[in-house]
Amino acid sequence: MKGGRFWAWVVFILGAAYFFIPLIATVEFSMRMRRGVYSFDAYQIVLGDPRFQATFMYSVIAAIFTIILGVLIVVPAAYWIRLRLPQLRPVVEFITLLPLVIPAIVIVFGYIRMYGSNSPLPFLASDMGTNALLVIGYAMLALPYMYRAVDTGLRTIDVRTLTEAAQILGAGWGTIIGRVILPNVLIAVLSGAFLTFAIVIGEFTMASLLNRPAFGPYLQNIGANRAYEPAALAIIAFVITWGCMSVIQVLSRFAPKSANRPN
Amino acid sequence: MAEPFLSIQHVRKSFGATTVVEDFNLDVEPGEFVSFLGPSGCGKTTVLRMVAGFEEPSAGKIVVAGKDITRLKPNQRNVGMVFQAYALFPNLTVAQNIAFGLKVAGMPKADADRRVAEMLDIIKLPQMGDRYPYQLSGGQQQRIALARAIAPKPKLLLLDEPLSALDAKVRVSLREEIRSIQKKLGITTIFVTHDQEEALSISDRIAVMYGGKAEQVGTPFEIYNRPATKFVANFVGTLNVLEGTVTDAASGTVRVNSQEVALKGKLNGSKSGDTLSLALRPEAISLGRQPGRDSSLSGEIAEVHFLGSVIRVRVGIGGSTVSLDTFNSPATPPPAVGEKAEISFASSDMLVLH
Repeated sequence: MKGGRFWAWVVFILGAAYFFIPLIATVEFSMRMRRGVYSFDAYQIVLGDPRFQATFMYSVIAAIFTIILGVLIVVPAAYWIRLRLPQLRPVVEFITLLPLVIPAIVIVFGYIRMYGSNSPLPFLASDMGTNALLVIGYAMLALPYMYRAVDTGLRTIDVRTLTEAAQILGAGWGTIIGRVILPNVLIAVLSGAFLTFAIVIGEFTMASLLNRPAFGPYLQNIGANRAYEPAALAIIAFVITWGCMSVIQVLSRFAPKSANRPN
Repeated sequence: MAEPFLSIQHVRKSFGATTVVEDFNLDVEPGEFVSFLGPSGCGKTTVLRMVAGFEEPSAGKIVVAGKDITRLKPNQRNVGMVFQAYALFPNLTVAQNIAFGLKVAGMPKADADRRVAEMLDIIKLPQMGDRYPYQLSGGQQQRIALARAIAPKPKLLLLDEPLSALDAKVRVSLREEIRSIQKKLGITTIFVTHDQEEALSISDRIAVMYGGKAEQVGTPFEIYNRPATKFVANFVGTLNVLEGTVTDAASGTVRVNSQEVALKGKLNGSKSGDTLSLALRPEAISLGRQPGRDSSLSGEIAEVHFLGSVIRVRVGIGGSTVSLDTFNSPATPPPAVGEKAEISFASSDMLVLH
């Protein structure tokens, strides 16, 4: 037993070192902009750069629209599959996994061919259209995470009985989804939303190929031309992502406790 | 006879090639409490779900208060329902749960609040309005579910095995409470259960179901004492079944394990030589000869089970065994296994099963 615990610690320490050493090195490097002393100069430069603020805001707004689109697609779909079409669940799970196996570059080239200026749906003919296409693309990239988060949330409640209880009390589908289902999977939806946020903030391929002023291409641009600022930006992006993860953890404590499973 | 409040007419339900309900007919009077009793898979819940609108009948129609509701959606039927799994909305407080149907119906908030308070009083949980379902016991949750179902004043109340998730003590008290609330409000109620004691104790009438059909519909007294079919006799209560042969149809004499029993007026249509299944409830049998019990059979004590206030004795008669209950008396010790014994019963209590 003692030997087992020793090796468990060895593995844990090695894993932690693998994770933390590059991170510490990046933090350390990002603070060496001023010769001879540690400083936050790189962070000040990055945060003061108007392009940082503009691209970051662009990505935040894109993330918000992506989350709204994702929720509008995924919640009713996952709910309906659980309620009426459980036999389709493996098929839908497979479809939602496709964005993980099809590279974003393939998808974006498909978009450019499908939605170019001469196509029947010329999304790319205007800035707004391109922005909309980017959001649709992001929603698809986030689909595996959003779908799984919502589906897991739905698993914790008795969807069918709650639906029937609401129906027999006179509720229509809008009331059922809005007042019964969504509030009970809200924490799961928020988890999916923060994962979506983290994905959108750092996404490069789609934004770059669709030529959108997003945070991902800005990160790449800075990385190609500066020394210390990319390290500071990487740490800022890391903090934002981990901040999102922490919010998910905190929110999960507030999940409604199910009282629908008597046994 | 007054027009039935609920009329289920020739209803059939098939799922693919499987027919789960076949030619089901039932008329329910206003304010009546009718139980659907039967084993798992007999179709009782399916009939209830068709009345609720969750399943559409393959054939037949369902009429409530003179209106055909067969094709109406559940939210258009004005029917209340209590589910086995409570189905309280976990994100809403008790008061919000009860007010849900009122809010959907567009009742003003002040009226809804008054109605919620009234409901909480009826179910005797007036202080629980601010609690969440997970803070309540199973019995309390089911009372809230009942209050939520009756708050919008539905025309019909449907109870789908509402007590089966509760422990024995709570079940008994809650079933009495359900019945008293139902009587007080005069609401027509359908109650689905597989528990015969539950059905017998609270129903005005019982529909015993088997294989998707109503085997018998009658009062608890009729169902228990005059079962129409072998299934009803076996399913409701404990029954001793003895095989007998008609020796003299004219005088009503039947031979059971080489002993003759006279069953005057019970052998309608039977001929001498016919084989019959004869049934007796344990409480209709006495150990030893008793006044008023005109028939008897001899046997041997096979088993004795001491159950506290009651002693259940099993008496072997030829190849059959008969169970009977006697009250425990501290002055009289229970019979010993292997003792010779005589059982007596009134021939009028003997059921001839067809």
